[in-house]
Amino acid sequence: MIQFDKVSKRYSTGQEALSGLSLELAAGEMTFLTGHSGAGKSTLLKLIMLMERPTHGQLLVNGKNLNRLHSSQVPYYRRNIGVVFQNHQLLFDRSAFDNVALPLLVSGYQPREVGRRVRAALDKVGLLDKEKQNPITLSGGEQQRLGIARAVVHKPRILLADEPTGNLDPQLSAEIMDLFRQFCELGVTVLIATHDVDLISRMGLRLLRLEGGKLIHDGVPEYAA
Amino acid sequence: MQRNRLRESKPARAKPSSRESRRGASDGRARFLDKLRSYFQNHSQLLFRTFHRLAAEPVQTLMTSLVVAIALGLPAALYVGIVNMQQLGSRVETTAQLTVFLNKEATEVAVEQLRESLLSESDITAVDYISREQALVEFQALSGFGDVLEMLDENPLPPVLIVQPVDRFQGDLLASEDLVTRLKVLALVDDVRLDMKWMQRLQGMLEVGERLAFSLGVALALGILLIIGNTIRLAIESRRDEIVVVKLVGGTNAYVRRPFLYTGIWYGALGGLLAWFLVAVGLQWIDGPVERLAELYQSVFELQGMGFSGLLALVIIGAVLGLIGAWLAVARHLAGIEPK
Repeated sequence: MIQFDKVSKRYSTGQEALSGLSLELAAGEMTFLTGHSGAGKSTLLKLIMLMERPTHGQLLVNGKNLNRLHSSQVPYYRRNIGVVFQNHQLLFDRSAFDNVALPLLVSGYQPREVGRRVRAALDKVGLLDKEKQNPITLSGGEQQRLGIARAVVHKPRILLADEPTGNLDPQLSAEIMDLFRQFCELGVTVLIATHDVDLISRMGLRLLRLEGGKLIHDGVPEYAA
Repeated sequence: MQRNRLRESKPARAKPSSRESRRGASDGRARFLDKLRSYFQNHSQLLFRTFHRLAAEPVQTLMTSLVVAIALGLPAALYVGIVNMQQLGSRVETTAQLTVFLNKEATEVAVEQLRESLLSESDITAVDYISREQALVEFQALSGFGDVLEMLDENPLPPVLIVQPVDRFQGDLLASEDLVTRLKVLALVDDVRLDMKWMQRLQGMLEVGERLAFSLGVALALGILLIIGNTIRLAIESRRDEIVVVKLVGGTNAYVRRPFLYTGIWYGALGGLLAWFLVAVGLQWIDGPVERLAELYQSVFELQGMGFSGLLALVIIGAVLGLIGAWLAVARHLAGIEPK
C-alpha cells in the first residue's frame, strides 16, 4: 500500500530528515513508527500526506507514484487518507458533529449521507451523545477520539497518526490503540508514530525505528509478549 | 430514480464498524450526480452562510459596506446630477430655434413671400410669423412692462419669424451658424438670434462632467478593490486554522476560496445597496430647494432619481468589484496557508 524507495528528504535549512529510506507497508497492516524526536518520524508522515515532497527517491502509495502527482491532484489524493494529530487540530468554532463532517463536506457528500456517516463515526468512538457540544468542552481523551472520528469518517484506506496518545494516561492510550486496531481489522492500513514504547511492546505489532533519518529496526520487537 | 436505486443497492455503507466497510473503504468518493447536486447546494448554502457570518458581526460589516457605499455613491451621485442636467438640456434643445427679426417697414406680403421661400429650404421644418401687433400683445401680457409701452408713440417691436431648423441641426453649432449667416444677408432681415450657444456650452460642460464622473468612478473602483481585498485578507488570517484543516482533509483550493469570494460579493452588494440609499436620501434632501429654484425660473423641473435600474446597477457593480477584490486577496494570501 505504501512503498518508500530510497527516499531522502533534505529541508531548505540543509537538515537531512530522511536519508535513503526504503520500506513497505502492506494493505491492512498496522505498524508503529518510533524514534527520538528529530529522527524523521514526522517527515515520513508528511511525505505520505504530501505536505512535503521527497528530495530524492520514489514514494508509491496505492500503486501511485507521488512524485508524478500534480499539486492540483493533492486534495483528491488526501481524501484517501485519514490523519490523527497529537494536538487534534479540531476547530473550536463549531460543534463536534461539524468537525467530523468536514472531510465529507469537502468531498461533496449529500447532507443526509453526511449525517449518517458522521453519527456512525461518532458512535464508533463513543461520542454520539456529545455531537452538539463544542470540542473545547470535551476532555483530552474525548478530543482525541473526536479527532479519530474525523480521520475515519470518510473511510480512508490509510490512517496515519502522529503521537495520538501523547497527552493521555495509559488507560486512555490503550483505548485509543484499541480503536486503531479495530480499523486495521476492517482493512485500513494504519501507521502510528509514537514514543509510547511500553504500549507498542504490549501490542506485539510491527515496529519501525528511525534514527537520524535512517531505518535501524524493522520487525516485531523481541520483548513482545 | 436511478440515483435512488444506486443508493439502495449499497445499503451497508453506514457504519465503519460493519464488515462491508472493507469494501466501503475503497469507495471513499461520493457519486457523481450527488457531487454535482452537492456542488450547487454548496454554493447556495454558502450564499446564506457567508451572509449569516457577516450579520453576526454587524459593526464590521456595516463599516466595510459603508466605505464601499461612499466610494460607489460619489460617482453615482455625480452621474445622477449629469443625467438631470441633460434632461434640462434636452428640454431646451427641442425648443432650440432661430429668432429672425425683420425690418419694421416690411409689408405683410413681403413677409409672407419670405416665409414661403424659407419653408421651401431643406434645412428648415417650420416658420412661424409673429406680426408687430401680436408681438406687442404678447409683450404686454408676459413682460409686465405693458404700461411702459403705452407711453411710447409707436410700437417699437419688429415683426418676427420663428424658424425651426431640422433635427439634425440640434447640437451642431457649425450648421446652425451657417444658416444664421444665410438668413442675415436677406434683404428683409435685420438680425438673427441663435439661442443655442449656451446650450452648447452646457452640453460641453456635461461632457466634461461625464468624463469626470467616469474617471472618479474608476479611481474609486480601485479603492473598493483595495478595501474589500484588505477585509478579505483579514478574514483569511482569522480563519487560518480552519483553512489548514480543510486542506488536510482534502479540500480543494476552490473549496477553500469559495466562502471568501462570497463574502466579497456580499460586501460589494451591500455597499451598492447602501450607496443607492445614500444617493436617494441626498436627492430627497435637495429636492425641495431645486423645486423652489425651478419655480423662480417659472419652470417645472422634476429631479430624477436612480430608480430600480440604478439600484440594480449599483448592486451588480458592487458585487462584481467585491468578487474581484476578494479574488485578488485570495490569490495572494491563500496559497501561503498550507498544513505544516
